[in-house]
Amino acid sequence: MKKVMMGDHAVAIGAKLSRAEVIPAFPITPQTLIIEHIADLINDGEMNAKFLTMESEHSVMSAAAAASAAGARVFTATSSQGLAFMHEMVYATAPLRLPVVMVNANRTLGGPPGIWCEHNDSMGVRDSGWLQVYVEDNQEALDMVIQGYRIAEDKRVMLPIMPCLDGFVLTHTVEPVDIPEQEDVDSFLPSFSPDIMLDPVKPAMIGTFMPAEYIMELRRQTAGAVESAKHVVMEINDEFAKTFDRNYGGLIDIYRMDDAEIALVTTGTVTSTSRAIVDELRNKGKKVGLVKLRFFRPFPIEELRKALAGISAVGVFDRSISYHGGGPTFMEVRSALYGMNITAVNHLAGIGGRDVTEDQIRKMFEITQKAAKGEKVNTINWHNTRGESV
Amino acid sequence: MITIKTLSDENLFTAGHTACPGCGVAMSIRNAIRVLGKDTVVYVPASCAVVFGTTFPYGAWKVPFFHTAFENTGACLTGMQAAFEIKGKHVISAGFAGDGGTYDIGLQSMSGAAERNDDVLYICLDNEAYMNTGIQRSGGTPFGAWTTTTPVGKKIQGNRRFKKNLGDIVTAHEIPYYATLSIGHPLDFIRKVEKAKNIKGFRFLHMFTPCVPGWKIDPAKSVEITKRAVESGMWTLYEFENGKKKITYKPGKMKSVKDYLLMQGRFRHMSEEDIKILQMWVCKKWNLHYKEKGEPDICEIVQPEEHHGITEEHREMHGP
Repeated sequence: MKKVMMGDHAVAIGAKLSRAEVIPAFPITPQTLIIEHIADLINDGEMNAKFLTMESEHSVMSAAAAASAAGARVFTATSSQGLAFMHEMVYATAPLRLPVVMVNANRTLGGPPGIWCEHNDSMGVRDSGWLQVYVEDNQEALDMVIQGYRIAEDKRVMLPIMPCLDGFVLTHTVEPVDIPEQEDVDSFLPSFSPDIMLDPVKPAMIGTFMPAEYIMELRRQTAGAVESAKHVVMEINDEFAKTFDRNYGGLIDIYRMDDAEIALVTTGTVTSTSRAIVDELRNKGKKVGLVKLRFFRPFPIEELRKALAGISAVGVFDRSISYHGGGPTFMEVRSALYGMNITAVNHLAGIGGRDVTEDQIRKMFEITQKAAKGEKVNTINWHNTRGESV
Repeated sequence: MITIKTLSDENLFTAGHTACPGCGVAMSIRNAIRVLGKDTVVYVPASCAVVFGTTFPYGAWKVPFFHTAFENTGACLTGMQAAFEIKGKHVISAGFAGDGGTYDIGLQSMSGAAERNDDVLYICLDNEAYMNTGIQRSGGTPFGAWTTTTPVGKKIQGNRRFKKNLGDIVTAHEIPYYATLSIGHPLDFIRKVEKAKNIKGFRFLHMFTPCVPGWKIDPAKSVEITKRAVESGMWTLYEFENGKKKITYKPGKMKSVKDYLLMQGRFRHMSEEDIKILQMWVCKKWNLHYKEKGEPDICEIVQPEEHHGITEEHREMHGP
């Protein structure tokens, strides 16, 4: 059934269809509509879950971890400062192998304070062991909550996952969304049944003090689980595509990369605009392509190398900045392409929520094209920025 | 009703843990969990209890145990209890947090769970300082006490503030049950734990737990010290139920705080003047919070000479 709705509502419906059982919540713009809508669904009797009005995001993730450890399917959502405030608990959740699904509505991480879309918030927890997927539209936001539980709760993975959607650009923007049938979701997503949980019938200790003699193996296991998530993401993507007829490509989604000479790598909503520009440039005979980086964790090194093989330059879009120079996506993509003789340039745009226009994307391709030809260009390019802008 | 005779012999917090001999926290945990029984799931925040009871690959807990961080006992109890409720499991969610984890860093999270009246049991093991990190002052540290962050210097000697009145903060949340306990009073201890076990809603048990290295005491004397704490008014056994406070043990005549202080190295440096200040605080606290109307004074207020500036602060806190 198709309905028009905002991204936040689509996410809430995703949580409902996934039969999330415990929802610890705390308001923060632009995520708040998600938890408000879930509260509505519960109070109207349309969703059977415990809604917990916590007193901070730190407590949200604490309650989420504890409820997950006690065997419940947990959903929550946050943004920006909220994610930063729960940082400690985000790092606690993954190595304890608690498959919480938390949507992050990407927002500027202060200071200075701002509420508009930026990826600095979620990039700050990229090394926490959480899986991260950046979505492009409201449909994908809903679908990745459902897929998120399948991936997170898979016995080969058992890690929390963070679907990230662009604040306001998606959270507060109305789009048509095809709502899956509950029975289809039920057969796609079985109920959560962890092997180890807090249960007096079979007591277990979770989160014990870990001396140096053991913790390194635990770290290795967690890293291994992130790695094995790569196959699981692909499997579940294909199964989802068969069931619901929507194929997102898994770790990355490639667009017009056949015979491409240059490419742009994007995350989030900028992908849609970039796709239009690729079409435009292709119509002019330019051999350009696009790679939508969906999963940032696990980072699809092999998939990127395969998708970008044969091109001479790649432009990497970043909506966040690592203050020593480039953006985190750029750093990871360039590292992934090591030894491939592909020139990589970084395009910083849309930071702090500034619009990323078609013109800016044309400029990104133009600079990347120059790099491909061997012309001298800046490695780090700040688009539409006062001062030394491109 | 559980009595010493009928109390389960099964230790759900087993021998073999690595707490110091005479540790009040270990004694409190062991006895509390014997009353609470097998259908209990515990959360322990960062504290000695995590180190001495759960260092991998060994574990002293025979009931399910969870730990993640320091400041989140209230929130973790809320989360696990919500999971048990939606799964239809009848389990007691019990947290064992220290004074730092309750008075200070965990106050907000505890307050959230209390205010929501979540059906959980919060236990504060109060040894009056951050012992796990090596004896630093907390909001629960008493006046005059030496800690590593309130050292005995040439200019300033020990902690210059009074112990935070946590009981009033907790009971201000209008929760169904709050009680103070001591390992020196086992019958009272068992009765209160059992009572808290069977009440629905947010219950708070506040346990007075001597720390051998932190208080610089003889390990054989930790139980006796808690008795002296109660006899001198440094710790008061009471319960708060249905909006009413009830003293559960009243000393006949309050002993001098000196009687309590002299057994502990952490107070050994205290000047006569500081002891008087502490004595005055104890008596005023008793008269203000615990003494019932028309009762005779059992604690004699000794006015200290006015200097240090501390008496001014004290007046602000407790009136003239």
